Parts: sequence; structure tokens; C-alpha cells
Amino acid sequence: MRKYWVLQRKSFSYLIDKKTTLAIMVLSIASIAAMLISIGVGDMYIAPWDVFTALIGTGLDINELIITEFRLPRVLVAFIAGASLALSGAILQGVIRNPLASPDMIGITGGAGFAAVGFLTMFSDDSNNLLLSINYLPIFAFAGATVVAFLIYALAWKNGVTPIRLILIGIGLMALFQALTTLMMLIGPIYRASQATVWLTGTVYGTSWKEVKAMLPWFLGMLPILILLVRRLNIQGFGDDLAMGAGIAVHRERFMLLMACTALAGSAVAFAGAIGFVGLIGPHIARRITGSSFGGLFPASALIGGIMVVLADLAGRTVFSPLEVPAGVFTAAIGAPYFIYLLFKNQ
Amino acid sequence: MAVLTTSNLTLSYGKKPIIDELNLQIPKGKITVFIGSNGCGKSTLLRSMARLLQPKTGHVLLNGKDIAKRSTKQVAKELAILPQGPAAPEGLTVLQLVKQGRFPYQSWLQQWSAEDEKAVMNALRATNLLSFMETPVDSLSGGQRQRAWIAMTLAQGTDTILLDEPTTYLDMTHQVEILDLLFELNEKEQRTIVMVLHDLNLACRYAHHIVAIQDKTVYAQGAPEEIMNEQLVEDVFQMPSTVIPDPVFGTPMCIPYGKGRVVRHVNTPQYA
Amino acid sequence: MNGILYGNNRKAAGLIIGIILALIIMALSVVLGYTNTSFKQAIEAYTAFNGSNEHLIIQLSRVPRSLVGMAVGISLGIAGVLMQALTRNPIASPDIFGINAGAGFFIVFSVTFLGISSIQQFMWIGFLGAAVAAGLAYALGSAGKGGLTPVKLTLAGAVMAALFASLTQGMLVTNEKALDEVLFWLAGSVEGRKLSMLTAVIPALAFAWIVSVLLSRQLNAFALGEDVAVSLGQKTVIFKLAAALMVILLAGGSVAIAGPISFIGIVVPHFARFLVGNDHRWIVPYSALIGGIMLVLADIGARYIIMPEEAPVGVVTALIGTPFFIYIVRKGIFQK
Repeated sequence: MRKYWVLQRKSFSYLIDKKTTLAIMVLSIASIAAMLISIGVGDMYIAPWDVFTALIGTGLDINELIITEFRLPRVLVAFIAGASLALSGAILQGVIRNPLASPDMIGITGGAGFAAVGFLTMFSDDSNNLLLSINYLPIFAFAGATVVAFLIYALAWKNGVTPIRLILIGIGLMALFQALTTLMMLIGPIYRASQATVWLTGTVYGTSWKEVKAMLPWFLGMLPILILLVRRLNIQGFGDDLAMGAGIAVHRERFMLLMACTALAGSAVAFAGAIGFVGLIGPHIARRITGSSFGGLFPASALIGGIMVVLADLAGRTVFSPLEVPAGVFTAAIGAPYFIYLLFKNQ
Repeated sequence: MAVLTTSNLTLSYGKKPIIDELNLQIPKGKITVFIGSNGCGKSTLLRSMARLLQPKTGHVLLNGKDIAKRSTKQVAKELAILPQGPAAPEGLTVLQLVKQGRFPYQSWLQQWSAEDEKAVMNALRATNLLSFMETPVDSLSGGQRQRAWIAMTLAQGTDTILLDEPTTYLDMTHQVEILDLLFELNEKEQRTIVMVLHDLNLACRYAHHIVAIQDKTVYAQGAPEEIMNEQLVEDVFQMPSTVIPDPVFGTPMCIPYGKGRVVRHVNTPQYA
Repeated sequence: MNGILYGNNRKAAGLIIGIILALIIMALSVVLGYTNTSFKQAIEAYTAFNGSNEHLIIQLSRVPRSLVGMAVGISLGIAGVLMQALTRNPIASPDIFGINAGAGFFIVFSVTFLGISSIQQFMWIGFLGAAVAAGLAYALGSAGKGGLTPVKLTLAGAVMAALFASLTQGMLVTNEKALDEVLFWLAGSVEGRKLSMLTAVIPALAFAWIVSVLLSRQLNAFALGEDVAVSLGQKTVIFKLAAALMVILLAGGSVAIAGPISFIGIVVPHFARFLVGNDHRWIVPYSALIGGIMLVLADIGARYIIMPEEAPVGVVTALIGTPFFIYIVRKGIFQK
């Protein structure tokens, strides 16, 4: 047991893998570094150390104002959105046992996109004014994601839900909602189409503490549920027969997992738009670092997803400066090369 | 006394019935082996006895109680099943695999109790895998891999263990090794073992009780030396044969007919 | 696994009925639409052309789009079968190869930076983009130890697709005018395509159709796994390369003419398997027919959904295809 720490007390007991723990610590430090750098970069550059001092309240007032009022919430939203999407993808890949599974693939993001674009086109008048406050958009998006998740489950149910039925129905619904989204963008005014494209690409532009306050409790609330799910996902990876043999009600469980996946992806998409790629590739990168066991995979996926979106947002602000490009444009550009490197290093 | 009982059990996939109105009792503390030709429903029966398959009609009773009405987690502490050809996610290590056997005992806060550790270590020791703890399951040899899965089933610490063809694809040495392991578990700890086997001779050697399945029901059951004969093999497998006592163990040994080289005629086979 | 059509006779009969159905739907596609025409007019447009509005519409718009729709549908159906066989993944499609994303990227790039806007030019640029993306995905998937494996190909393709898609999104977000020009193209359509566009690619497509039919026995062998395929005497490296090339020709040619239509490639093979089971010698022709019928049917629907405007055929394909797809998935031929 040299490679593990064994924690055994009366009320709790864990087996902790040293290598995985180390990897997660390194990733945590990388996340903090990415956030500090991202906070510092902008119209006015602030060095990471000054960012740090400003955050703990011993820095310059002007820095503190810029950071806490404008940049910190944006970076936090980016990180939480990325972490949520990657976690959501990790859950789905475990449930469906298919490396292509992700919240984009089964239509959860598509449902949110449909609702969001519907909101933008249906509730705007002839002079391009929105009839409802834009603050309602996240609610619509989240509702869209949830409705689709229920639809998938209901349509895939037939004496239980098998993984392959789940993903095939999901793909069908994804295509349907993407089609409906495109249709609405074509019918609606071009101004709205352009706004919708930005949303569908995913952006954290203009986010404030309001978004952080809405997302953070939700995200933190999901964490204990995820810890509960770890063991169940691990055993589901062996197939339905073994999982049932070990005492899991697989079909009910699958519903819970799908809901957890929706809650995470839905909230991320609601506030940061349909950021793609993170849900698919985040867990794959994590798996190559920590292995297939979900105890290590979950935290690693979350951190990697978070880093990806924070860096994508940083790139979006700087690469074409003064033009701002949505973060969703850069998630693939940042994640893909690293993933390809891992793919071949591990062969 | 019976640990598992089926009462009027009917099983089917879709509309096609596989097992029809079966009443069967599995003796406690014994090794029971299901035999039968391919597709006769012995795996299906095994799965339904482990609540993996809902019966069309009838019940499966585990220690006298309807298995379908009990908490599935509770059942998992009394009965473990190893299905045919299980697959582990890529890169999973032997320890990570065997640890999963403790699932029914663990909770959010208790994920590696002293008891878990003891059960996992015992299972690894019994299967000779202690030195492979950190090896990924997918890089093990066939025999080692099967032992890893059996170790996981053992770690579940149940009195009853169901195994679907645990020796398939293994060479002679590994087959005997796995069956010896199960035999010892039964001898030393009085665990009830129920398994599907294809090798009749090994089945007769290791089983206390044989259940021959044919035409959706039980053709015959009992001690191998009481029920194994040419007629049974002919009826259950549609294969003429000679059944003689094994020269080493004395248990029934079945020599199937067919073509092949004949070097010296001891008993001239009578072809049908 | 058996389909609902048992036996070779029923399968052959089904194929003939399918061909007849395809012809009927193509004929309907010629006469139906915003400008109502009759079968008589359709025939006269070629036998006794009088320059009338109806005759012009039939000759220049309806007949070309019906032919283009059929050719693209056939190609996408076959490409989907090849892709799912190659990756051994029932949810793979030519998109996974980065084909649509690559074509989209090249086209949006040339609209944004080179000021290109004609649909004819889109065609060649799109095909180039599809080929480049798929070639990159294939090269990435075969690099490293072990050569091309289904999982590596799948992941490498997914990554390439995402990369190109995100670059495309980036250009569209920063250039509203380009968005306006390519939005319709990005949704996929066979409207406004000239017959000359089809004749330019049809030799390549027809070549790929024939090769795919010839490959169908090899697909059966490959489906049993790499080792079994080799022991059956298949040259798997050559087979994989050939199948991938056919996917590029078929899906690349399709996206070049009609824009990205992703739904057909992914669901049509499932429809075919539902009908004829697991034998690729039947799956390939059935997928071809079903793909063609579905696309022409969707194109008819596209004329009516938001009349007098036209909806993109890619949208309509998903709208009418999804209910059927959900039905066959629920019908349960995929047990595991």
C-alpha cells in the first residue's frame, strides 16, 4: 500500500491514491495561476503578484476596484462554467460508456440553445428591442436543458434505459433542436441571429457578481452529490449485470446521473452560453492523467475544464484585441493541441 | 436446506420462453453446477437467480425471501454474481477493480474501512494477485484477469456466489486453479457456489450437485455419480458417449463419440 | 441481429420497391412547390419547351434540385455506413471526421478574407476543406504506436472537428456580414444548385458509390474485429485507407454541393440495419436509397414549412427524420 494513504477512523474511512492526489494538487495550482494571470490581463495590465495582494486586500485601491468589480467575477464564471461542463461530460461518458458522449452530443446543450435563441427571437419587437429583461435568458436556457433531459429519458425508457438507447435518442433530439434553432435564426431578424451566434458559441463577456451568485451555490451544492455518485459510477463502468449484482438499481441510478449531468451543464450553459468541446475533451484529458477511477477523474476533470475556459476567455480578450471574441471560440484551440499531445504520449 | 429456491419460475426474452414453470432448489453450502447444451437457458436461469433478469411469472427466493422484494443492496451482501465475459474500463488497476466488490458495504463516509481492507486483501491473497495490485486489468493474461474478477466477487464477502462460465477461455492449468480456489472456499468457509460449466468432467469432479437443463426445464438433478450416464448425455446434449469412472478421482468421466483417430480399441464405440 | 426483412428475396423486393419509391418522390419533387406545376408540364418542359415561367422553373430549378438531393442523400447514407463501420461506433458520422467542420471553415474563411461569395466557388473550396480536415484527422488517428485504431480515429476526428468548428465560429462572430452570407449555406440546402454543379462531382460520387458496394463484403469482415479480419485475409490497412477515402469523396462531395447536412449520415445506417440486419452487402444499398429518399422528401418539405421562403433542407431532414429515428431506437434492435 505504498502508493496510498489509508485513512481509517470510526466515522469515516478512505483510501487515497498518492499519485492522483499529487496530480490534483498540481492542477489546482495551475488553476489558481491561470485565474491570477487572466485577472491581471486587460486594458490595464496588473501583474499576478499585484492581483494576489489586491485580492487579499493589501494592494492598491485602484487595482482592487478593477479586479473585484470587473475581472474577478468574469474569471470565476468562466472557471465554474468550464468545471461544470467537464464534470457533466465525465458523468455522461461513464453512464453511456462511449468516448464520444458529452452534453453537446445528447442534446442537453441543444435544448438550452433552442430555448435561448427562442427567447431572443420570440421576445423581440420589430425595432430589435427585447420585450423581456435579458436576465430571464439563463432561466429559459436552463429550462430548455432540463426539458430535453426529461424527454431523452422518457423516450429512451422501455423496461429500463440502456446506454445505447439513451445516446441514440439524445442524438436524435440534438439534431431536432439544432434544426429548430437554425430555423428560428433564419426567421428572426439578422441582428438577433448574430446575437444568438455569440450565445451559441459561448461567452462570459459582461458577467458580474450577479452571475457568480447564481452559479456558485448551485455548483457547490452539486459537489456532495458528485461525491455520492463516484462509487456508483465506478461500478457502473463494469456493465449493468455486475452493477446490479453489486446492489445498484441501474435504471433509477441512470436517471439520477442524467439529472446531475443536466444540472451541471444546464447551469453552465445558462450563464456562459453553449461553450463546446470542454464537456467532450476535459474528461478525456483528465482520464489520461488520473486513470479511469472517478474518485480522481471528477476533480481532475473539473479543474481541467475550468482552466480551459479561463484560458479561452483570456485568449478571446487578447488575441484579437481590441475586438472581443467569445471564449467558446478558443476552447477547442486551447484544448485540442494538449489533448493530441496526450493521445500520442500515452500510446 | 435450500439457499436459493425458484417457484413456478418462467423466464423469457421477448415472447420466446426460455425456462418454463421451474421449481428448483439450490442446496446450501454445496457446489452446484448447471450443465446443458448451448442456448438451453442455464445462463438465463443463473441471471434470474441473481435478480439480473425479472421473471415473467413465478419467484426466486433467497434464504426463503422473495429476492425481487428485498433491497438490492441487502441482497448484494448475501449473494454475488460474476457474469460472463465482464469488461473493465481501460487502465483500471486490479486493486481498483477488486475494491468495487465492497460496494454494498460502503457509504459516502466509509469508503475504505478496516473491514473493506481485510476483505480485499484476503480476496487478493486467495487469488494470488497481491503482487499485481497496481497492474492495469487490461494488461493481465487471461487467467490472471479472470482471477481478478473472481477476487472482486470474493471481496463482496457473500455466502452465495454465482459464476457464469468462470473457466471459459482458460487453459487446463488455469481452469483447475480457478475451480480449486472455489472448491477450497466451499470446503473451508462453507460458501454456496452455483456455476455454469461446459466441461462435464470437471463439473462432475468439483460439483456436489449437478442440475442438467434441457427443454426449458430440469432434466435431472443430483450427485454426479448418481445421475451422470450415457442416457443423460444423449438426451441433454444429443451426443452418444461412454461414461466411466475417472481413473484418478472416481467421479464420472464422459467420453463423447464422434470422429477421430482410433489407436487401440478398448471398448468399440457403438455409433448410432 | 436480423432486420425486419428476412431472407434475400424480401430484401431484394424491398430494394426494388425502394427504387420505385425514390423515383416517385423525385417526380413529386419536380412538380411540387411554391409555383404549382403538373406532370404534363414537367414532361413538356423537355419535349415542347415554350419558355414559360413553369417550364423554366422545372428545367432550371426543380429537376436539378431533385437530382442533387438524390445524389447527396445517397452519398451521405453510404458515407455514414462506412464511418460507423470504420470507427465501430454506432454514433459516428462523417462529421466525426471533421468533414463538415473543415468545409465550413474553408468557406467562411474565403468569404471573410478572400471575398468569395458564389455558390460554385463555395463548392470547390468546401471540398478542399473537407479533404484537408479528414486527411488531418486520419493522419492524427494513425500516428503513434498501433496505427489506426477505431478509438484513436474517433477521438482525433472529434478533436479536429471541434477545432475547425470553433475557428469558424470565431470568424462568424467577428464578421456579421459573413454570417449573413453563409448562414443559409451552414444549414445545408439543395436549393439554387445548378445541374453543372452536380455534373462536376457526379463522376467522383458515382465512383465512390461503386467502390463502396464492392467494399461491403470487406465491411462485414472488418466488423468482426481487426484480428479476425486479418485472419480472413483482409489487408486491413489498405481497407481502412480505402474506406476513409470513400468517406472523403462522398461526404466531401456532398458538403461541397449542399452544405453540411449531418443528420443523414448518422441515422440512415440505423434505418437500414432496422430493415435488413447486419449484412453490409444489404446495408450499403439500403442506406443509399433511404438517404436519397429522405433528402428529397425533406427538400419537398423545405418548400412548404415557411412558405413563401424556403427552409434549409438540413433543418427539415432533422425535423422529419427524428420521429422515425426515435421510433426505431425504441423498437429495440440495439439491446446492449
